[in-house]
Amino acid sequence: MIKKFSIFLLIALVIACSSDDNSNGGGSGDNFDRSAMLTNWADNIIIPAFQSFSNDLTALETATTNFTGTVDQTNLNALRTAWFNAYRGWQSVELFNIGMAESTNYYFNMNTYPSNATEIESNVTNGGYDLSQINSYDAQGFPGIDYLLHGLGATDNEILDKFSIDSNAAGYRTYLTDLVTRMTTLTQDILNDWTGSYRDTFVNSSGNTATSSVNKLVNDFIFYYEKGLRANKIGIPAGVFSSNTLPDNVEAFYRKDISKTLTLDGLHAVEDFFNGKHFNSSVTGESMKSYLDYLNTIKDGENLSVLITNQFNSAESQIGLLTDDYIDQINTNNNKMLEAYDQLQLAVVLIKVDMLQAFNISVDFVDADGD
Amino acid sequence: MRIFFVLMNFKSTYITKATPIEPLVVFRIGFGVLMLISIIRFWYNGWIEKLYIEPSFFFSYYGFEWVKPLGEHTYWLFIICGVTSVMITLGLQYRLAIITFFLSFTYIELMDKTTYLNHYYFISILSFILIFLPLNKAFSIDSYFSKKTYKKIPVWTINSIKLLISIVYFYAGIAKVNSDWLGKAMPLKIWLPSKYDLPLIGDSLMQQEWFHYAMSWSGMLYDIAIPFLLLYRKTRVLGFAFVVIFHVFTHVLFPIGMFPYIMIVSALIFFSPGFHKKIISFLRSVFKSNTNRFTIGEYYRIRRGRLTLGIVGCFFVLQLLMPFRYIAYPGELFWTEEGYRFSWRVMLMEKMGYANFKIVDGKTGKRFYVNNSDFLTAFQEKQMSFQPDFILEYAHYLGDHFSSQGHKNVEVYVECFVALNGRLSVPYIDPEVDLYKEKESFKPKTWILPFKDEIKGL
Repeated sequence: MIKKFSIFLLIALVIACSSDDNSNGGGSGDNFDRSAMLTNWADNIIIPAFQSFSNDLTALETATTNFTGTVDQTNLNALRTAWFNAYRGWQSVELFNIGMAESTNYYFNMNTYPSNATEIESNVTNGGYDLSQINSYDAQGFPGIDYLLHGLGATDNEILDKFSIDSNAAGYRTYLTDLVTRMTTLTQDILNDWTGSYRDTFVNSSGNTATSSVNKLVNDFIFYYEKGLRANKIGIPAGVFSSNTLPDNVEAFYRKDISKTLTLDGLHAVEDFFNGKHFNSSVTGESMKSYLDYLNTIKDGENLSVLITNQFNSAESQIGLLTDDYIDQINTNNNKMLEAYDQLQLAVVLIKVDMLQAFNISVDFVDADGD
Repeated sequence: MRIFFVLMNFKSTYITKATPIEPLVVFRIGFGVLMLISIIRFWYNGWIEKLYIEPSFFFSYYGFEWVKPLGEHTYWLFIICGVTSVMITLGLQYRLAIITFFLSFTYIELMDKTTYLNHYYFISILSFILIFLPLNKAFSIDSYFSKKTYKKIPVWTINSIKLLISIVYFYAGIAKVNSDWLGKAMPLKIWLPSKYDLPLIGDSLMQQEWFHYAMSWSGMLYDIAIPFLLLYRKTRVLGFAFVVIFHVFTHVLFPIGMFPYIMIVSALIFFSPGFHKKIISFLRSVFKSNTNRFTIGEYYRIRRGRLTLGIVGCFFVLQLLMPFRYIAYPGELFWTEEGYRFSWRVMLMEKMGYANFKIVDGKTGKRFYVNNSDFLTAFQEKQMSFQPDFILEYAHYLGDHFSSQGHKNVEVYVECFVALNGRLSVPYIDPEVDLYKEKESFKPKTWILPFKDEIKGL
């Protein structure tokens, strides 16, 4: 009986094995190299993006020093340009909410909007503020500077007056400097961590556990796409999650005419990261896309990476139809905003359901048993 | 006449025959110890807090909506479970202990169906059966106090445990006889390659398509064959070796907690009385226990034997039929999940979903979408997004919530996409149906969109 059963099992195994002989999938040894993907992410995308962003912030710091030294229209214009450039650079790093960025709540400090004008004014007037407090998130970062540079008065002259002849002028200048310094310090710390020990920690954590680099960053990627990009930039102001539209919630509310540019920058960062494209280059390396393609050679299913790429492209062209000023867009024809949202939304399903299923990565740290 | 003799023969061999009590005693100790470890592990992992106290909303089983976590008092349920596990192990106030264990454990499982697992269900119904079995009639504190110990019990008591274990394996086996599992090696083809970080086999075997098929087929054969291998004396050791190897392997591959150990220890019941006698005499020597001053009963007669047998018999008829209740529903079982739970369908599907709820004012047409993380934990959202009964219950919760917030003419719609076993995600729920108007029942849910593919099988 034992023998018979063993033979039976063996035959079953042989049948099961030989059924594979004429298929081409899962060849021996050509396993996907996740370490290569992590190396590509760290060395060619994340660290260069942070370096470039850090340079943007240095320029912003210089422009701030110039402006607070001599408050005039020229310096204000230069400062605004430096702020805009850095804000664009920020879009390339927001999604890397891992390591020190995660532990310091970096992105809350840098880009919580809408900013809280009342709190900023009270900080300026009273001083003694602590920007590291959780309830100070909306009084700092890019949205905080947006208010100082574009929202303090109806005209540029009024704004210049606030920094020069207003009774609180010194307070405004100090607050502006403090905001810029804080952003620079936070960013420099994270960059130092990456170029120091964290890079190796990140690359070497190539397992498939809730805390390994691939799982965490894929989750970050999806979170950024859903929250930072889809909801914050388009969905919330367009009133997707509320009974009425909320135009006050657009990114760069006081500057107005750059919301679309920032959205597209964010989407490009998403696409480039998905494709493993090196920062500021057209070279690509191992990525989520190539990982999906590898898994598809085993599974032989739909070509998911193509579907995702196409959906990103549809979203991009739909966003392209919006005006630069979202407040104007929402008030004149919000349907365009909703259509852009719908296109972004369709990709959520592809990356959150189909891609995660292919990677077999859990949506979050659900560490309970399964069966 | 002949049938009569066959039946009488069956009755004397499998039901009334007297057999040594030791297998039941060993089972009692093993069960009690493993339950205690399970409870401690659950607590230690912080899951009581995370699964039963932190969430603001809980998914109920149909008809058990009144079973809810008790806030901070939920810890008491686990304390009761743990204490009764110790009492069961020791055989102290056994009947009271096992009834209390069954009630508290089952209450815990009914609190939130998000955490449904087949092996928790197994523990629930096993502890129900154990209420009716004389597990404390030897080598127990109960028998120490009563100064009475018994040598033999009717054989059906042991056989009912064997039957329950056999049902679990056999039904799990036939559930694997389907075209996804055997014909496509799904979902193992998704799960195994993701185990690339295992030493030695991670980037070699786990990536091989033939290995996925081999695991699917041998898993199916294993589940179907195990009860017979364990029942038949000559293959018993081989069968047990398979049990150990298989469960250790699944433990390495999947996060299935205590289940492998519970099944390994439970399978010991199939061994001969002689084997169990050795374990007990070893334990007696460790605890320096002897029965010198005890009255020794030759045979323990079950009180109200007919009634007890009747209850156990009905229970098994129900167990044998339950897994087939899906036949009463139209549509693909894996898709609609109507009749999926409580049927030993273990690890058969890789199913993921995405559910986006829309709250509409029926009069003005104004609408907005819901942020699920405002109401559900990540785990609850994951489970909700591909199971229709979860979706319906949550839709009602949302409807009630927004109505109470002052929204008028609330209608609840969902845009839901589900991917099953590697198929591309497709719409799952009819987006035009106001779920707030739909009621939960055992009737087929007409608002589930049909499955576009076919999965053949049992």
